[in-house]
Amino acid sequence: MYKYNEFDHGFVRNRVKQFRAQVERRLDGTLTEDEFKPLRLMNGLYLQLHAYMLRVAIPYGTLNSQQMHQLAMLAEKWDKGYGHFTTRQNIQYNWPKLNDVPDMLDALADVEMHAIQTSGNCIRNVTADHFAGASADEIEDPRPTAELLRQWSTDHPEFQFLPRKFKIAVTGSPNDRAVTKAHDIGLRMVRNEKGEPGYEVIIGGGLGRTPMVGKVVRTFLPKTDLLPYLEAILQVYNLNGRRDNKYKARIKILVHETGIDRLREMIEHVFEAKKGLHQAPPEAMVAAIEAQFAPPQFETNSVDEDRLSKLVGADPGLRSFIETNVSDHREPTHAIVTISLKPIGGTPGDATADQIRTMAGLAEAHGYDELRVSHEQNIILPHVHRNDIPQIYAVLKAAGLATANIGLLSDIIACPGMDYCALATARSIPVAQELSNAFEDIKLQRDIGSLKIKISGCINACGHHHVGHIGILGLDKAGVESYQITLGGDGTETATIGERTGPGFSYEEIIPAVTRIIDHYLEIREDEIETFLETFRRLGAEPFKQALYSHQQEAA
Amino acid sequence: MSIIIRDDGFHPDNWEKDGGSFADLEKFGKDVAQNRADKVCIDVPNNTDAQSLYENFDNAAMIRIAFPSFADGRGFSLAKQLRQLGYEGRLRAFGHVIADQYGFARVCGFDEIEIDDELAKRQPETQWLARIPKLQASYQHRLLGEQVNQNV
Repeated sequence: MYKYNEFDHGFVRNRVKQFRAQVERRLDGTLTEDEFKPLRLMNGLYLQLHAYMLRVAIPYGTLNSQQMHQLAMLAEKWDKGYGHFTTRQNIQYNWPKLNDVPDMLDALADVEMHAIQTSGNCIRNVTADHFAGASADEIEDPRPTAELLRQWSTDHPEFQFLPRKFKIAVTGSPNDRAVTKAHDIGLRMVRNEKGEPGYEVIIGGGLGRTPMVGKVVRTFLPKTDLLPYLEAILQVYNLNGRRDNKYKARIKILVHETGIDRLREMIEHVFEAKKGLHQAPPEAMVAAIEAQFAPPQFETNSVDEDRLSKLVGADPGLRSFIETNVSDHREPTHAIVTISLKPIGGTPGDATADQIRTMAGLAEAHGYDELRVSHEQNIILPHVHRNDIPQIYAVLKAAGLATANIGLLSDIIACPGMDYCALATARSIPVAQELSNAFEDIKLQRDIGSLKIKISGCINACGHHHVGHIGILGLDKAGVESYQITLGGDGTETATIGERTGPGFSYEEIIPAVTRIIDHYLEIREDEIETFLETFRRLGAEPFKQALYSHQQEAA
Repeated sequence: MSIIIRDDGFHPDNWEKDGGSFADLEKFGKDVAQNRADKVCIDVPNNTDAQSLYENFDNAAMIRIAFPSFADGRGFSLAKQLRQLGYEGRLRAFGHVIADQYGFARVCGFDEIEIDDELAKRQPETQWLARIPKLQASYQHRLLGEQVNQNV
């Protein structure tokens, strides 16, 4: 894990000091509300429906137990005893007071954390594969790259006032768990034919009201050219991105309107000029960052298979937990444990201070002191010896954290929706809760199999509904909530934008509508192995549309 | 009246008092042709193509880039491009720039900022001087060798 050096410490403290002064200057009137707004946003502070909201950066979703403990402290001292983990691998506090925020930021700095650039029209907190450094399928750990980008983008003088927000994701695995094709820039770590490491660079992906799958702008970018190349992309975007309409200001619109080939030429032109002007990041600095992500000293004792199988045989709960929430680790004696923050009927991504502490304690005792936040709003213990899984399960169960639903129907992504968000046009959390309640039987969920349901409470698509196998978008139709359904979306390396089925459903109708889709899938799937997405790809949307709308025609 | 901010604080704007003038790129071209450009500042909007100024780098007494709103960051990239193309003359940002952006503007290549009296009154000198960039204090300096322009 990355440890702050003296420079990082000084930088973050100075930033808190600056923000403290900005709050004072807002209160004494030397900053207008208009001027204060982007300044508070670039320090993670939003104004929501009921109160301010502070979004804390968890760079590339990685944190240690001490940091996790501090997040629990913040939840208790300055919020209502809980925090909300988000699809950007961050945590949000929904009830801080403006005057307290500088103190919260100081408390974060105490444990090498901050809220810098988690909002605003700047380069946002860089995200990465949540299984980085642990998964069996990884080519290279994406986190040293993500950390390099965190440093490069932090307080970048040229790119703090972009046309719109700018999100970068990095993956080091062919199985894309970082949704790189739905980001402004997606970086896939690859090797060229000579075996040299580099990146495939994807630009112009994004969800929101105009969902687009990103396009490859460079098939191979040598590692050392990364920063000048990204400088070039950002400069071309800053100068040419639209500023006349905030809904057309993301780079995806520039890609769409300019064309990827012309834009590639513009970027390459700037890149060629920049390459000669900048030094490459000093090798020693890059090496020092890489060294900090070296894997922990894994325990070498063998797995006690007899004991494990006895325990699993005696406890169906443990069995389904292992089958559903545990993934392969690069060390065969180890495993990756995903802790679901989606209890049946709960708010996706919410955790109480006590639960946050429990997870921190587990990382300390059994997880080499490491935790991850996934964009699917779950917490991960990336390195766990398989012998420890029964004990971890027992602790999680006692804390209400052992729901065995990872990748299943109730592992729903939902944005905060109208319960918190000022932009929302409909509720999303209650829809997630009711859906989860309607399918509370985990056995039934397991029978349904892999299914990603994603819910957004407005067109901005924070709930990633476009890439849900079943996506739900809550809109406002003449003062009444109306939910549109999309089908067949996919956020992985085979990224696809979901297809709209037709007219929306009222709040009362949406759960029965989704139920009809799932019932129909169970009827028409080829066998129990064929997933919902596979069935959809085989048969298209038509049979599901029939299931969704035919009863309405009968009624009419 | 305008106030000019540099690293040594607020100054009255004496550009025109001292015989200087401002011209858009087209008029500047004519001034050069008539040998009348030695005290003329090229005044450009922030969507100007940096390359279009290149041939006048040596003729311009100053280049002034407009900031229509502090939230419009194009001026930062334009300044950066002018410096990268080799412009070594005086570079001024003009309009709605706020004290919190002073460091960004300096690192991107501006020598000075021109603001109106109202803003200068609301955000006094100390707020600007607090944001003088410290050379060693940026990630970009560490990673890319970024320098602060020390022109003036």
